[in-house]
Amino acid sequence: MINSTVAEIAAALKAGDISSVEITQAYLNRIAKLNGELNAFITVCEESALEQAAAADAARSAGNTSPLLGIPIAHKDIFCTKDILTTCGSRMLHNFVSPYNATVVERFNDAGTVLLGKTNMDEFAMGSSNETSFFGDVKNPWNTECVPGGSSGGSAAAVAADLCAMATGTDTGGSIRQPAAFCGITGFKPSYGRVSRWGMIAFASSLDQAGPITKSAEDAALMLNAMAGLDEKDSTSIDRPAEDFTASLNQPLKGLRIGVPKQHFAEGLSMEVEKAVRAALAEYEKLGAIIKEVDLTNSHLSVSAYYVVAPAEASANLSRFDGVRYGYRCEDPVDLEDMYKRTRSEGFGEEVKRRIMIGTYALSAGYYDAYYRKAQKIRRLIKEDFDRAFAEVDVIIGPTSPHTAFKLGSKSDPVSMYLEDIYTIAVNLAGLPAASIPVGMANGMPMGMQIIGAYFDEAKILNVAHQFQQHTDWHKQKPGPIASSEGEA
Amino acid sequence: MALDKSEVEKIAHLARLHVSDSEAEEVTTRITDILALIDQMQSVDTESVEPLAHPLDVVQRLRIDEVTEENQRESLQKLAPASEDGLYLVPKVLE
Repeated sequence: MINSTVAEIAAALKAGDISSVEITQAYLNRIAKLNGELNAFITVCEESALEQAAAADAARSAGNTSPLLGIPIAHKDIFCTKDILTTCGSRMLHNFVSPYNATVVERFNDAGTVLLGKTNMDEFAMGSSNETSFFGDVKNPWNTECVPGGSSGGSAAAVAADLCAMATGTDTGGSIRQPAAFCGITGFKPSYGRVSRWGMIAFASSLDQAGPITKSAEDAALMLNAMAGLDEKDSTSIDRPAEDFTASLNQPLKGLRIGVPKQHFAEGLSMEVEKAVRAALAEYEKLGAIIKEVDLTNSHLSVSAYYVVAPAEASANLSRFDGVRYGYRCEDPVDLEDMYKRTRSEGFGEEVKRRIMIGTYALSAGYYDAYYRKAQKIRRLIKEDFDRAFAEVDVIIGPTSPHTAFKLGSKSDPVSMYLEDIYTIAVNLAGLPAASIPVGMANGMPMGMQIIGAYFDEAKILNVAHQFQQHTDWHKQKPGPIASSEGEA
Repeated sequence: MALDKSEVEKIAHLARLHVSDSEAEEVTTRITDILALIDQMQSVDTESVEPLAHPLDVVQRLRIDEVTEENQRESLQKLAPASEDGLYLVPKVLE
């Protein structure tokens, strides 16, 4: 049962075929067996998980019919969890036990989910390989010599290896979609403002968005139903009527207009990924969709604009880590400035410090116009490209990443790592929703396809993803080396 | 544009970071590489483009100015590296 989807587990729980305590224990056993190798979890909440599971079983007996009741979940360690260690993958917060819950965590608690633990991630979500975590690399379940992608690498590896039924992630430049592609699972970044950012440790506030990491598009819809919605505590959260994201999953795709951006099929894309995405487009044509080329003229500028906007916002957000109120403080500071500087230099890793410095530089006197203002102008050009495209098509489809997961330690210079997110970053700059779903295999490693939608068109993306998954079985592939053995519940 | 070591030291100070002598060269090279990537932006003319600060065209939501938070001083201060009598402790600032 641990390799089942959320929808399947929910049905089994409802039918009484299995209890939440049983399925929770099965995941805890699986974590005990594999986490040493994969390093997907920073914290495992064994005791409280079993208590929550027992409470969920009792609630079900008392008539509670919440769709996610009793389903075991993992939260990325960027979400504050009351009385549970919340590290954000950093030495700076290695001892931070949060005094409150993030809104996302609160909503899943209200839905009756069972928290298995907190997943590993790139430090402060800055990375595309999960190698910047203070708590060590996460390994890709398909090949433990490869990265799982990042920054939500722990969540993606945990879902792919059946260490949990579903997980939360966050996506600032591709941090849900790229690890989903590398680990052969479904990842979904909603529109900016759809999900509350309250209690989600801030990286770049105009880009950050939380979303589901799951084994199917249907599961992503179920998770989004619980996550999305107005939160008074987040002033950028959007006030829209509640939606059931599962309602239109089965809508036929006849007449669907799919835009294919020529810029996402240009130099740098591996042949295998191109072939797989083209085959998926052919599958969509069979389902009645119409394929049109679209022009995202300025997409080649997205990485450079992003590496001004994101570090600038990060340099402001991360100024709060000063060793005064919580987290790490250096030993024996001689004065206040020494305390700030050594706390921050010892508490942050190399990549985080680099981005803080880039952001500080871009915002410093004399450089603001040349960098920050220029990047904001490029940001508008990128958004306008999408606006023009969505006047002609319903969704845009292309590769999520130019290739399959790369080897641990193989990308040592930051610029080549930044270029990993070449197809995903523009979506964050524009604030659009987008999913990555499995689209094929190359040399034993999974590949991902990105489906981008217009603002608040989450239901359409999930419909398009679900229909593909009804007609193909790429999302059902399991990593061979550690595939769930029979008898594990 | 290429940065020199003294510029990197200045940025580090603004960000309240310490870059040791042994790290300075590598940090300078890396940041110069990243700035070269960023400078690709300069290839387009954006003279007449309005900057976009935020993806959605929405107005900041306001609420009534009333107390919504409880006093959590004790539980919050328990997290501090050093505190005393309800105050956060830092190295001496004034002699």
